[in-house]
Amino acid sequence: MIKLSVNGESHEYSGETDMPLLWYLRDLLGLTGAKFGCGKGLCGACTVHLDGQAIRSCSVAMDRLEGANITTIEGLGKGKDHPVQVAWRRANVPQCGFCQSGQIMQAVALLEQHELPTDQEIDDAMSGVICRCGTYQRIREAIKAAAEDLI
Amino acid sequence: MSNIRQLNRRDFLKTGGIFALGVSLYGCGRDASPIANKKPAAPVPWRADVYVSFDAEGVVHIISHRSEMGQGIRTGLPAVLADEMEADWRQVVIDQATGDAMYGNQNTDGSWSVRGFMQRMREAGATVRLMLEQSAAAHWEVDVAECKAVLHTVVHEPSGQVLEFKDLVAGAAELPVPTVDQITLKTPDQFRYIGRELKIVDMHDMTHGSAIYGADVRVPGMKFAAIARPPVVFGKVQSFDAEKAKAVPGVLQIVEMPALEPPAMFKAAGGIAVIAENSWAALKARDLLAITWDDGANADYDSAVYRESLLEQVRKAGNSKRNQGAIDTALSEAASSLEAEYYAPHLAHVPMEPPAAVASVSDTFCEIWAPSQDPQSLIPMATAVTGLPAEQIKVNVTLLGGAFGRKSKCDFVEEAVFLSKQTGSPVMVLWSREDDVRHDYYHSVSAQQLAAGLDGEGKVTAWRHRVAYPTIMSTFDASLKEPQALELGLGAVNMPYDIPNVRLETGEIEAKVRIGWLRSVCNIFQSFAINSFTDEIAGARGLDPLENLLDLLGPDRVLDFSEFGYELTEGYPFETGRLRNAIEYASKSGEWGRELPAGHGLGIAAQYSFLSYVAAVVEVAVDEDGSWRVPRVDIAIDCGQFVNPDRVKAQQEGAAVFGLSLAREGAITAERGRIKQSNFHDFPVLRMNDAPTTRVILIESKAPPAGAGEPGVPPIAPALANAIFAATGKRFRELPLGVKLKL
Repeated sequence: MIKLSVNGESHEYSGETDMPLLWYLRDLLGLTGAKFGCGKGLCGACTVHLDGQAIRSCSVAMDRLEGANITTIEGLGKGKDHPVQVAWRRANVPQCGFCQSGQIMQAVALLEQHELPTDQEIDDAMSGVICRCGTYQRIREAIKAAAEDLI
Repeated sequence: MSNIRQLNRRDFLKTGGIFALGVSLYGCGRDASPIANKKPAAPVPWRADVYVSFDAEGVVHIISHRSEMGQGIRTGLPAVLADEMEADWRQVVIDQATGDAMYGNQNTDGSWSVRGFMQRMREAGATVRLMLEQSAAAHWEVDVAECKAVLHTVVHEPSGQVLEFKDLVAGAAELPVPTVDQITLKTPDQFRYIGRELKIVDMHDMTHGSAIYGADVRVPGMKFAAIARPPVVFGKVQSFDAEKAKAVPGVLQIVEMPALEPPAMFKAAGGIAVIAENSWAALKARDLLAITWDDGANADYDSAVYRESLLEQVRKAGNSKRNQGAIDTALSEAASSLEAEYYAPHLAHVPMEPPAAVASVSDTFCEIWAPSQDPQSLIPMATAVTGLPAEQIKVNVTLLGGAFGRKSKCDFVEEAVFLSKQTGSPVMVLWSREDDVRHDYYHSVSAQQLAAGLDGEGKVTAWRHRVAYPTIMSTFDASLKEPQALELGLGAVNMPYDIPNVRLETGEIEAKVRIGWLRSVCNIFQSFAINSFTDEIAGARGLDPLENLLDLLGPDRVLDFSEFGYELTEGYPFETGRLRNAIEYASKSGEWGRELPAGHGLGIAAQYSFLSYVAAVVEVAVDEDGSWRVPRVDIAIDCGQFVNPDRVKAQQEGAAVFGLSLAREGAITAERGRIKQSNFHDFPVLRMNDAPTTRVILIESKAPPAGAGEPGVPPIAPALANAIFAATGKRFRELPLGVKLKL
């Protein structure tokens, strides 16, 4: 039995211990905001927070999550828009939108570590999350705007 | 099916602004003459047009019948209708159409949604606007000419009285529908939304994880399926052992798929399916299947060998597809000549969302949920698989997590329909990234040879272009072996330069994989070769590449290639002046000729595609060790009239990334018929650290609307190769260039 918290709610899991967190979130909890893009931690579409750190939920098995605090995009901002989401809207970031949950979760984690990230810090943190539509320059712009908003 | 949010209920319920406006204007008219003032009738549901309706509460619903895959069409076309209707965009609900012929063509492809439907949306909006004005006139017992629709209301201008749209629906529903010659379209100065930046309607859902894509659909009782497909196209299952797969907890059933026979069409690829209680069990068990394959005839496909066959084809005379003047004489008598070969590999689409679809088949009904670019095409497919007539088939379209042409080819939906029928449960078919990379409809691998002759003054007198690539049409007719007119029309046969002797020749080769179209299609490699070669010609002539390009383009004129099988689009002449204009805008924005740091270079390329005119200037920075990056791209596009300028710009920003992705590391190769790549580690696409800053110049135009999603892609790779030449003096004629150039 694995006990963990997802978006502030307690859950117990007793299924296959090698199931990646992504499928637990999507198939068992019905939280489909985190996406399946590669299954290998290569694209970042599945990014969620584990104790505030951005992780690739497709590559973390359930048996590593005893006592974990998970936040998904559904739990971000707790009913209010997070400044990153506001900045995304202002910059008209999404095209197809599929990767944007992962982009936003990665950006939120970045801004928790770096209040005013440099271009290099943005590149370092964000390059793990692929956007095939190519919204990168607007993501950069939105992160900078959100950083100023948060300060 | 309540889990899919077909309705995008905007936050209009929170805003009472319009109602307040109605009250404040009421009775404040300039004209004191009394008009009828009875209580308005309650709204009734009214389908005013196939694309627009009012519900029982009087809320306006506009249909998006095209598929949303990032281009913003769910916002763009409905906004056109809302604009003509004088609907308040904040009070409109967008409904995604199911696949149904009553909506007209829904095949979201070829960058033509706005071109194909803008006029129709305008007419629908203007028709409803007139009917609401007529309803108001009848209510007030005044002349309709005195009634004017203004932002979700109709105003009686002499008296200043106002009625909301919902008060007028019951009356309008009783009226005869005006004919097109009775309606009046807005003049551009009256546009409220067309030509203005508008937030996409899916913004909230896409930034909150609540947008529904294919794999997000949930249907009660739904099972999850993963399929082991033949590693070689048209391969078959010889035998299999599912014991280990069945032992995975959650696995319910193993189903053998029907083998795929040529032509491939969009049919399911065959293999063995695992049906399970959840995605993980299905994917894990699928990998534990032990299958012996009969690889079939394509097992001999080796892309290194194939490459030589392609090159052989362009090193000899081919079948003539465009012949002007006397090319052989012109080349042999030229004062000087140059020749070059270009090669580009297969590409995979890799949309961020791998293919996924849900089907629920019973004896009497088949319902599908799919991220499909072409939902109507799924109806005959479902009939063929289930035996059910079209009336008993419903196709729901989810958002598409990227598509780029992949989701026109819905083999994955046929898999879901087949498996639901076989198992009696709703089934989601989930593709892994490996499935996606290895079982794509690949962009064609190509070889090209270009030859040019120059006279004594350096004027270009001869242009010979030879192309060889497996044709897209082989997917539908396996006997076809040479590029078809529709492919040559993507940059080759309509080469616009003002050269007296021109010949285009095609070679022949058999397709060994399923070939499909990818964003901008054959323009990708045809534009790469042509724009690279013009840059080489600039070198041979001793001209600046920009000056050379403008000179080759010649005097402004209208081109017609219809005698060479090029299909003309009515109302869209190929005007070289507009291409010149795009080149001039791009070079101005890109500050052509500017001082650059050491190792940097600028390259330029221009391409007419999807009836739009695009030019790009790419700046490259090359290090001494050959590694390179692109700090900046400037793109100018003339796509005629546009609806949402921000979305057109976003498409060009995306096109720059897409073009650089394929130029940097995009290559699909095969050995023993098997695709060698599998995921983003060996089929990489551009990431943030390699992404340029792109400046887009959206050229104001009075021409009718043309393509926006695809035309930005073709000039990027050649402009980059030309920039690298400018920076290093080295010419690269093969894609991808790789992360490190061999200098």
